[in-house]
Amino acid sequence: MTNDLRVKSSEFIDETVRISFKFNRKTYYGFKGDTLGSALLANNVHLVGRSFKYHRPRGIMTAGSEEPNAIVQISNGTDRTEPNVRATEVEIYEGLEASSQNCWPSVDFDIGGINNAISAFLPAGFYYKTFMWPASFWEKYEYFIRHSAGLGKSPTEKDPDVYDHRYVHCDVLVVGAGISGILAAKNAAKNNLKTLLVDEKNELGGSTIYQNREFNKIENQSSSDWLKKEIQELRNIENLEIKTRTSIAAFHGYNYLLARENLTDHLEKKDKQGKIRQRLLKIRAKKVILATGALERPLIFNNNDRPGIMLSSAVKKYADFYGVVSGKKNIFFTNNDSAYESAFCLHNKGIKVEAIIDIRESSNSKIVKAVEEAGIKIYWSSTIVDTTGYKRLNSVSVMKLSNDGLSVTGNKMNISCDCLGVAGGWTPAVHLFTQSGGKLTFDENNKVFLPDKYPSEQLSVGSCNGDFEIKEILKNLSTNLKDFLKIDKTDFENINVESEEETSKRNIWLLPSDKPIGKTKPFVDYQNDATAKDIKLALREGFRSIEHVKRYTTTGMGTDQGKLGNMHALGIIADTAGVKMGELGTTTFRPPYTPLTFGTIVGRNVGEYFDVFRRTPMNDCHINHKAEFENVGQWKRPWYYPINGETMHQAVQRESIAARESAGILDASTLGKIDIQGSDASEFLNRVYTNAWSKLGIGKCRYGLMLNEDGMVYDDGVTTRLGGNHYLMTTTTGGAANVLGKLEDYLQTEWPELDVYLTSVTDHYATASICGPNSKKILNKIIPDLDLSEENFPHMSFKEAQIGNIKCRIMRISFTGEHSYEINVQANYGKALWEKCMEAGKEFNITPYGTETMHLLRAEKGFIIVGQDTDGTMTPIDLQMDWVVSKKKYDFIGKRSLYRSDTMKEDRKQLVGLVTDDPNIVLEEGSQIVSELNQSPVNMLGHVTSSYYSPNLKKSIALAVVRGGKNMMGKKLFIPMENKTINVTITNSVFFDEENKRLNA
Amino acid sequence: MFIINCPYCGERDHQEFKAGGEAHIERPKQPTELSDDEWAEYLFMRKNIKGVQFERWNHAHGCRKWFNMVRDTSNDQIILTYKMGEKPPAQ
Repeated sequence: MTNDLRVKSSEFIDETVRISFKFNRKTYYGFKGDTLGSALLANNVHLVGRSFKYHRPRGIMTAGSEEPNAIVQISNGTDRTEPNVRATEVEIYEGLEASSQNCWPSVDFDIGGINNAISAFLPAGFYYKTFMWPASFWEKYEYFIRHSAGLGKSPTEKDPDVYDHRYVHCDVLVVGAGISGILAAKNAAKNNLKTLLVDEKNELGGSTIYQNREFNKIENQSSSDWLKKEIQELRNIENLEIKTRTSIAAFHGYNYLLARENLTDHLEKKDKQGKIRQRLLKIRAKKVILATGALERPLIFNNNDRPGIMLSSAVKKYADFYGVVSGKKNIFFTNNDSAYESAFCLHNKGIKVEAIIDIRESSNSKIVKAVEEAGIKIYWSSTIVDTTGYKRLNSVSVMKLSNDGLSVTGNKMNISCDCLGVAGGWTPAVHLFTQSGGKLTFDENNKVFLPDKYPSEQLSVGSCNGDFEIKEILKNLSTNLKDFLKIDKTDFENINVESEEETSKRNIWLLPSDKPIGKTKPFVDYQNDATAKDIKLALREGFRSIEHVKRYTTTGMGTDQGKLGNMHALGIIADTAGVKMGELGTTTFRPPYTPLTFGTIVGRNVGEYFDVFRRTPMNDCHINHKAEFENVGQWKRPWYYPINGETMHQAVQRESIAARESAGILDASTLGKIDIQGSDASEFLNRVYTNAWSKLGIGKCRYGLMLNEDGMVYDDGVTTRLGGNHYLMTTTTGGAANVLGKLEDYLQTEWPELDVYLTSVTDHYATASICGPNSKKILNKIIPDLDLSEENFPHMSFKEAQIGNIKCRIMRISFTGEHSYEINVQANYGKALWEKCMEAGKEFNITPYGTETMHLLRAEKGFIIVGQDTDGTMTPIDLQMDWVVSKKKYDFIGKRSLYRSDTMKEDRKQLVGLVTDDPNIVLEEGSQIVSELNQSPVNMLGHVTSSYYSPNLKKSIALAVVRGGKNMMGKKLFIPMENKTINVTITNSVFFDEENKRLNA
Repeated sequence: MFIINCPYCGERDHQEFKAGGEAHIERPKQPTELSDDEWAEYLFMRKNIKGVQFERWNHAHGCRKWFNMVRDTSNDQIILTYKMGEKPPAQ
């Protein structure tokens, strides 16, 4: 391995463990502790990707999660592949394979690079402006736009990894384990507060741990040595849990935070197997301390995006932490002192620093003096006006800045280099603070947004709160911690700290060039290729809101969410529009802070655990009968039971005939069941149902219709009076929980004086419904001693009985129009009941039928299904169910609304029957109904709600809602379909056995 | 992401609760005596304030009790919860 880019061994890199990995199919080597970014730089690979729009060559810019350019595809072509991963965060492991994105055929030679040459024709809003007309061409454009959109490739295989969710509760959550976070966590935990410290990196200590600033001392030691001892102590503190490789994705209200804990991504394949890959932590913290640090800003100048141009702090971190030199001829470009720290660090390691270009006029700080004394050339009041080098930076052009900073003067000087460290100042990472609802204030002096109003029990400390010098950080941290945690003292309040304050500042958001801005490419958002020119164009075109400019230019809309350039975008807008940055505000910071995998978000809720479902006690029986299931609410209900490869239609026709000619059996266990008791139970039912209940005899059943207060049908079902003060209500399968909630609402809030108690007993009973002319014989076989005569057990009545030792409740009620019985037993006897019915019914060829046949049979009878034939806009009058609405009752839920002018209109949609002129055509549910063809605009009268082929009537039948349909009996209407028009006639909605003779047959 | 203090159960995660609209709107005792406009006022008109609002909530996946809440809708701060039937606090 060519190792001239490695400097003196770093304590964070284990040079005894050599690791091989592949990048763009070529094998490279790195050491344990390297990220993909540091390992590539050590191999002198700067070019790692192509930009989104112009396909410009791009290199590694940063050393952290804010990286906009070096985003790669991991394990391409495998089931573990992941797109858009930041190379600066990937810890290398044996066998790691990564590849560049958004380039073809390769990152070295990318056809899309042509976009760079024609970039003058691809301004902001290019797509909006170009693909507008002719409108009919959109489908053709779309193909190409889709093709060029997106960066990495999504996996196409099932994710082989396991993900997990965990709830975490703590007194104090500390986010970020830099010096502020470590001291905060330590002092919280030592004061008996259960503390959790998280950091996205694999090492604690933030930037303090590796960067020894020359003139920073704590207790007369270097700040890193001092911090290392603090970290040692942390390990022995009770109450403190530390999670590394854990990044906070979201900070919601009430101190609810989501974090992703990365468990196996840094392990080689054999060690990943059988382990949880990532875990989503759902954290509830009483108090949150944000110590998220600050991100270095770049400077915005012409061609500021070439491989080899990096943040100054990244150059320093690669050298100090990873022992990797990013270039052999280094230049720094800065508006503050921090670039001098980086330059001095390289110089001390024996790496050549060609020059420092500083836009300030001077600086008197010690570090600047030290750099000067080391003989490094400093160009004051100067700026870079251009750079050269296509796939790697090879020179910069420097000119003098004018006093106002708006133009350049003098001669242009070229300096050759292969690495440029850019230092534009520091942006406090306030992302999580604002996500939580915090309000920012703009600090004009330092040109930063800082936390202002906290929305919850939280505190921002350290550089994310605008403290940049170590002395200031520790002093403010101690004061604020004592106040926030209500503790008397901190263990670092009296230590001796030396650090230097920055003496001079100069901030220019967009640096001038000798060329007009139209001929320059000063990138603001590297990933999305948005330049200062695009932002100015957006302003010229009239955009003013920062949110609009963002969307029009796509600034800050990449996977990095513009962590580097958003401040410059705001600054350029403010300068150009002549407003103050504090008034302009920021765009909204939205979760997640860094991208999350879908696996982490869904955790264990995959496959059959994706959604909750419920099965009835007879489920095994249905599987034995080879049932196809359908979802009804959360329930898995048998849909139909195909035999010998029958289609659904064939099975349903057979089941329907069997139920009417001999016997059918249905699992009705899913119907909602509410046990109602109390001395006011009858009065309660009077108020919630449209019909009267006071005179219902004990042991009798009655159908009830429940409305919303707006008069619209809400639910229906049969309720049985079990005793004087005791009823059993049934509800629709899907509506059970909501009905219970609604009834509780009225009981608790409007009628607390009523003595009524509600209990959901849906799960307590299993129900088999047997119907058909032979159902009576079957029940007689099962319970021979029960008198089934019309006198003893008529339609709409109830008996308690015993099947052997099993108690059962039997209701003689019917949803099919046939003579039928609903037999309820305690749920755990459900299977036995079903088998008993099947056995007794064998000689009558008892046929299990599913929901589809049930729907067909009830449609033959014109019985409604709430939610299918109603949609929340149907009154009982619309349904032609006036018979169930009491005229005598003074009040019931929804009664008053039935007399509103709107609900009394004659031309409301009303439920009617429809038959097709051709009895073999089955209408499609949802079809629109019209009375006139060739009308424009078409007057739509209504639509089909239920439609079946009735085997018992040997013709097609349908229910429909039609405007004024009540008075249109026999009228011929039309149903226009895509290729034909179907002629239909309005009829009565009861198609079969209108006299209800079969109920008592 | 609220933590809601159910007056019967204490502090619980918001996932256990259902919101039920504006509080202290009493169902008219004699609906048939009302004009269409008066009934519509009860039926449809809700304030939907940006700021401090009185609301009804149900501990649906807990004790199933309905209760009242005073919440600032502009910043989601829950100021108070109290039982049904109790008088709303002075503004």
